[in-house]
Amino acid sequence: MSETSKQKYQRVAYYPGCALEGSGHGYNRSTREVGKALGLELDEVKNWNCCGAMEVKNVDPKLQTYLSSRVMSIAANEMGAQVVMAPCNGCYHNLKKAEHELAHDAASREVVDRISRKAGHATYQAGQVETIHALDWIKHGIGEEELKRRVRNSLRGLKIANYYGCMYTRPRHIFPEKDQGPGSESISKPHFMDDLLAAAGAENVDFPLKTACCGGAHTLSDSDTSTKLVLNILRAAEAAGADVIATECPTCHSGLEMHQIRAEKVLGQKTSVKMLYFTQLLGIALGLSPRKVGVHENVSESLALLKEKVLA
Amino acid sequence: MPIHEQSLIRPENLKAHAKLVIDGVDVSGHWSTFIESRVVSDYNERLEDEIAALPGGEHIHRCWQCGSCTNSCTVNAINPDFNPRYWIYLIRVGMEAELLRDKDIIWQCVSCHKCTSACPRDVVPEGVMKAAAHWLELKGHTPKSKSMIFDEEFSRQVFATGKIEEGRIIRDFFRRTGQPLLQDWLVEMAKRLVRRLPVKMLAMMGLATLVRPRTRGWAGARGAIAEYVEEQEAKQRRALGLGELVEIAKGELAGAPGSKRV
Repeated sequence: MSETSKQKYQRVAYYPGCALEGSGHGYNRSTREVGKALGLELDEVKNWNCCGAMEVKNVDPKLQTYLSSRVMSIAANEMGAQVVMAPCNGCYHNLKKAEHELAHDAASREVVDRISRKAGHATYQAGQVETIHALDWIKHGIGEEELKRRVRNSLRGLKIANYYGCMYTRPRHIFPEKDQGPGSESISKPHFMDDLLAAAGAENVDFPLKTACCGGAHTLSDSDTSTKLVLNILRAAEAAGADVIATECPTCHSGLEMHQIRAEKVLGQKTSVKMLYFTQLLGIALGLSPRKVGVHENVSESLALLKEKVLA
Repeated sequence: MPIHEQSLIRPENLKAHAKLVIDGVDVSGHWSTFIESRVVSDYNERLEDEIAALPGGEHIHRCWQCGSCTNSCTVNAINPDFNPRYWIYLIRVGMEAELLRDKDIIWQCVSCHKCTSACPRDVVPEGVMKAAAHWLELKGHTPKSKSMIFDEEFSRQVFATGKIEEGRIIRDFFRRTGQPLLQDWLVEMAKRLVRRLPVKMLAMMGLATLVRPRTRGWAGARGAIAEYVEEQEAKQRRALGLGELVEIAKGELAGAPGSKRV
């Protein structure tokens, strides 16, 4: 990463999204704290709205495109931002999808323009901002070498399965910057989270279900399917020897937590692997306390494990 | 060539005689099995167009039946009857009756986008699954799925205020689908959270369910979205030939209370 592009990520527009104000609050807290500890600045998108998550597209995909475009329009036109950072896979995916639709589909542009005018804000034009994930933000804004230098509390001895979920890499056509050779993220075998946690001292296990689906879209409406899918992921992580599954999406994270409990209560299938957001793990490695990065806000109880590994 | 593997050999198409002797040879049971021939004449030639008129179904005509979607499918791995490739085939040739055999599972697509990523023809099979599920509901073949009810509750909140509040969505969803909120595993989850979260945080979460989070200045967007939704719904109803029915129903609803249909 060149110095100029590194510079671009030092101060970004921050789009936390709805989940990070509710069930994913630990992710919000840890993202902000890690940013502070690394000297990266976050400028929250003013008066943002929901991106449509995984639901609005099933009512009408073009409305989802509008919702996401409004967030980018505010960042670009009212805040003068060049980069929007979204830690939630759902938000990140939707903004990327909207970017793609607006660049390639005239019908979407027409609908977005019509609603934007009536809503009283500038219509977002494709290319006005670059949307990145929290992983890109730290990977490109700081990098592994710098991160290694800042580690105070190495994650040595902690075995981690890195779980990226669906929305970070699929469908491939909305992520044109991925699979672009050395240094870029891979669609089939993503590694940015692995890279960052390895720099923080952790031992990444060989985890085959990095991009498997947790059934997040139907976590409540088809719980039996979600429980089966989650149980596969938890079992695979345990079989790979992981103590912790590192997550980068609030829907995946709470899906894993919820269905771990449901698998135990409904199917009698107990698993003991813990879930932590990758930002919580990085925060701990940077010397922040578990409380400071919101470990107590997770359902999955991992404090005992962190104490055992002398990390808390 | 399309693969038409599923609908021919079904238990009800298999004929066997428990006791059968032909020319002195005992061919009872398994030996007398034959597959009943079948003639299909009830094609719905509009089926593909109707699915294509619904959001997500636009690119169904591009499919050349390679099967990459089914091969990559998350749900297929746990239920082999969930077969996007096969349903796309049925829709394209108009075999509505065959499609209806699977009507109760089509909504189960989890939108993992593996099919869309794998598809060499940009069919967006995930979108086709949503369009097919939507079609089944609009035509009255299935009641609204729990998934659609969830999507609607969610979207309604977003359209109304610009934001969502998780607790409220979950509560409204459970109420609309008639499920008890106090399920063992949900209670266990809540207990674990309550045990550790500071009182202040819990109070804030409680407050969020009372005072709805909202985006400031959302009224303009709300109006524009409502107008667009209404327009799209009317368009879809027309495409599916439901417009007239709706007009009749509306007329009846508008009639004087107690008025009877002749």
